Amino acid sequence: MGGFESPDMAAHDSSAHESAPHVPVFTGPRRQELDAILAKYPNKMAALLPALWIVQGERGWISEDSMAEVASELDLTPAYVKGVVTFYTMYHQHPVPKYFIQVCTTSPCGICGAEDVVKALLRHTGAGELGVPSPDNRFAVIEVECLGACGFATPIMINEEFVESVTVDNVQEVLARLA
Amino acid sequence: MADVKMINLTIEGRPVSVPEGTSILEAAKRVGILIPHYCYHPGLPIAGVCRMCLVEVEKAPKLAPSCATTVAEGQIVHVHTDRTLEARKGVLEFLLINHPLDCPICDQSGECELQDYTFQEGRADSRYRDPKRFNPVEDFGGDVLYVPNRCILCTRCVRFMDDVAHDTVLNVSERGDRALIGKFEGKDMTNAWAGNVVDLCPVGALLSKDFLNKSRAWELDRTASICPSCTQGCNVMLETREGTITRIKPRTNEEVNKYFICDYGRLNYRWINRTDRAEQPQVRTDGALRSIDWDVAIHAAASLLKDSRAYVVASPYLSNETLFLLSKLMKRNGGAGAFRAATGEEVPLPGVEDLALRRDRAANVRGAELFGFTRTDRPLERLNDGDVLIVADDDLDGFSADDVSRASQVIILGTTLPAPAKDAAVLLPITNFAEEEGTFTNLRGRVQRFMQAKPAPGLARPSWLVLGDLLGALGEQDTFYLPGDVFADIAKSHSAFSALSYEKLGMRGLPVLNGDGGVKQSGAPEGLGAGAGGAR
Amino acid sequence: MGYPHPSHARETPVLSRHFGEEEARTLDGWKKRGGYQALEKALTMAPGDIVNIVKESGLRGRGGAGFPTGMKWSFMKPGDGKPHYLCCNADESEPGTFKDREVMRWTPHALIEGCAIGSYAIGAETCYIYIRGEFTEPLVVMERAVREAYDAGVIGPNAMGTGKRIDVHIHKGAGAYICGEETALMESLEGRRGNPRIKPPFPAVSGVFGQPTTINNVETLAAVPEILMKGADWYKGMCLSNPKSTGTKLYSVCGNIRRPGTYEVVMGFPFGEFLHDVCGGAIERRKLKAVIPGGASVPIQTMAEAEATLMDYEGFVAQGSMLGSGGVIVIDEKQSMVRVIARLARFFAHESCGQCTQCREGTAWTTKIVERIRDGQGTMEDLDTLLSIGENMTGTTICVLSDSCAVPVMSGIKKFRGEFEALIHGKRVHSVMTQVA
Repeated sequence: MGGFESPDMAAHDSSAHESAPHVPVFTGPRRQELDAILAKYPNKMAALLPALWIVQGERGWISEDSMAEVASELDLTPAYVKGVVTFYTMYHQHPVPKYFIQVCTTSPCGICGAEDVVKALLRHTGAGELGVPSPDNRFAVIEVECLGACGFATPIMINEEFVESVTVDNVQEVLARLA
Repeated sequence: MADVKMINLTIEGRPVSVPEGTSILEAAKRVGILIPHYCYHPGLPIAGVCRMCLVEVEKAPKLAPSCATTVAEGQIVHVHTDRTLEARKGVLEFLLINHPLDCPICDQSGECELQDYTFQEGRADSRYRDPKRFNPVEDFGGDVLYVPNRCILCTRCVRFMDDVAHDTVLNVSERGDRALIGKFEGKDMTNAWAGNVVDLCPVGALLSKDFLNKSRAWELDRTASICPSCTQGCNVMLETREGTITRIKPRTNEEVNKYFICDYGRLNYRWINRTDRAEQPQVRTDGALRSIDWDVAIHAAASLLKDSRAYVVASPYLSNETLFLLSKLMKRNGGAGAFRAATGEEVPLPGVEDLALRRDRAANVRGAELFGFTRTDRPLERLNDGDVLIVADDDLDGFSADDVSRASQVIILGTTLPAPAKDAAVLLPITNFAEEEGTFTNLRGRVQRFMQAKPAPGLARPSWLVLGDLLGALGEQDTFYLPGDVFADIAKSHSAFSALSYEKLGMRGLPVLNGDGGVKQSGAPEGLGAGAGGAR
Repeated sequence: MGYPHPSHARETPVLSRHFGEEEARTLDGWKKRGGYQALEKALTMAPGDIVNIVKESGLRGRGGAGFPTGMKWSFMKPGDGKPHYLCCNADESEPGTFKDREVMRWTPHALIEGCAIGSYAIGAETCYIYIRGEFTEPLVVMERAVREAYDAGVIGPNAMGTGKRIDVHIHKGAGAYICGEETALMESLEGRRGNPRIKPPFPAVSGVFGQPTTINNVETLAAVPEILMKGADWYKGMCLSNPKSTGTKLYSVCGNIRRPGTYEVVMGFPFGEFLHDVCGGAIERRKLKAVIPGGASVPIQTMAEAEATLMDYEGFVAQGSMLGSGGVIVIDEKQSMVRVIARLARFFAHESCGQCTQCREGTAWTTKIVERIRDGQGTMEDLDTLLSIGENMTGTTICVLSDSCAVPVMSGIKKFRGEFEALIHGKRVHSVMTQVA
């Protein structure tokens, strides 16, 4: 993989995951959530990022079918929604393993040993390579940009959980807390 | 009408005065200065992203994007200074670092703005030493192919689909140097106006599948014409290579089609190149049609028509000049005439006022109506026994020899000999619109000129010339040598056309006026003032 | 207050004095600490008077631009019949900066109060707090605090019983540094890609949803209640150097420093003493080599420059850099400047929105060259190319991300050229390199 994408799962072609018919996300409590969100903005388009968060919260990722559903709910086109989804790094366009570990390696953490933390995580999760799921498919490790906790090097995110001050010495302890 | 406030400024030493709110780039055009640019287009909302149009404005610390900066009173603008040349050179270098060396195989070569500006102002070499970005070619559907490697991310295509076609099929996907134009699986560029993105693309990133690898841009001759495929009358360029129409491109006309044409018209040109054409005048002698001189053929037709009533099946593909003369022929001895026109779905381009692929799929329905031909699905219905049937450019599809047999004689003015008329007495081979000069009248009554783009096959002649000779042989008038002369006759005899001439029409056209000088409204066909008549 | 370390005697904890206190996160806890008195007072004042107090105080935007806050607020025309909006920029993503995170997770109500006062002052009934998606804890804490504030009637359709409407909504970002740029923030809020807009039009004329909008940083807004309660003169009086830089500033100190954390000192504090004394100085008796004082977008300082700096907007400029966001990245002799700069360039390349040619291509190209030099594959021509590319990337784009990428590269080559040349010529770098003075 070249370029500057987080080497998280090369495939942007999510068709492999699309075999089952789409079950709508915005029903029941999710529907209510969306309605509450729509009330906060003067137009529907502004609810797009929050709506996508609801989808990812429900399904763990945002499929093309989900993008089409969101588009339909907000009077947008699927192509438009996809353009927005692909702009923001936190939206997953394919399923991710149970523990998706994101390590900050930008310079302030870089000079505090972030790269060693990455190596330790790759070793102890069994993933071995950036962006590649571990053999038991429980973990994947990627590098991300500054997480805004530079004084607590090295911060990592495990899915949406934010963990500060991860070092080579406490990596195993951090992983042990996970089910 | 309120006065528009004018702003005075100086660009490259030239004083210019433009309405308030004009951009510096547009103001520069007024005084003949083209500021190099990519993402700006007068038919699209401003983006200001390519950064090519940066100019130096005195007293401003930073270079200003001239497409996105409005003029201010007393501004002094410089387009060609060390700073701006460096800036443009920089943009060109940045655009080229990942750009593939595709010129030898790229369709855009020869009409590529990246080539043009690089040649003009770019670096002679590249300082880039690293691998270039690669993405595979994508089929966007419709007639559109996308080559991401060549894309300069000007976003003209995205803005066109979004703001002009109101059909957001394209997006920008990813970000940074990974960005490329994208679309959604299953939603393709099948919009009737999608092909315009190929014209808009300054480089060879968006290509027409139809045109792919067919010709080099510099091998094409370009002729101003009018699209024959519907009544909108979009202004086009017919681009030919060795006498064959190879491509149709839009020609700018602010009053008709702005900068755009639809895919139907764009791709509907193959019929113009057909080679199964009637090329020789023919007269039936001893039971068969035999090739003969034009003079003999004309006189044969004239002798058939001399004392007979004519029934004319005309065509909305014919020019005003031809239809005018046909109607004269029709009215002799109290004849009648009709025409039929194919129809399809109307597809507007929502972002442009009054622009659509029209229901009536021929250029001159209005002309046919104005010159007295009745529109009907059954054009042979009112053919009386004993009439001489003149079929002008209708292929008689859907008719049989029986339908035609009521006529005493059949004279064909056509590009081919239609099968139902195989027993015709005279065949006069004519040119199609691309092989002659003339005018069409669009649905709003706008008369527009088209020029000859390709040679006529064999001995085929323009239909106005043939009809002029035919009327001459019938003693009705003198010979016409130029289509402009026919038009002058129209102006003399039809008050609606009285203010028009080829010179006045130019290459933008003018509206047909009604008798009291007002512009004709669309809707039910009206008469043309004194001299109108004929069957309804 | 040096959080997570105990407050240093030379600090002036104003915004940070309750960092680390769990109770400070709750509405009641905040009220116990004097919270919401400023809002109560503000709602009895004329909005214009509030604006004037903030102007007088000398408060400047703490996100990085340093624009006078009172003046920014005064651009919002009262009585124009249009809905006004306040946006709080909590997208903190500038490498080295983590102070807004502390404000939000420890004193959420300070921010809510500041937003409410700010909204009222600019005639806005709606405030959106745009929090970056990665800030899990601040999002949870802020959502909870906003709910508390609504439940208590502090904000809402009848703020503090005055009949005035003040709505505060949290808007979660989704991973894009560029959304910290004020116009890109507005685009993102509107449900679009975070592409910065061309100015003019300026946000105060046409902002979110085409309406007059003001965007302020978290730290800026958190200072407002303090200023309102203690007065403009109090704030203005906190000034050790240039009178144009007043009040306190939160500095995020990170990197090779003994006590990384969030510190608060008065404007004009001497930077050398700050680093060596207040923050504990170097680790393990290593020598400090360089400092980036204001987040990745400001020029790198040599230690000589840093030690001669007085910490305010003008002071940093006088010593070859800028105050920026106040994200202080300390770099010691064990680090390779080229490695540091390569990773910063990579950051900018990853975060570029991709609109402008110079930024889209230039950030990536710059990164490739610096990484090649880092990996021993560079040439002397590369240095000239980097400087040339940097020139072309400066002052030519819609926003300054492009300029920001060029800054560490150009200042790095200027002040630490020896390290670049050593790698080009094949020498390994381990010790302190002599710098161009």
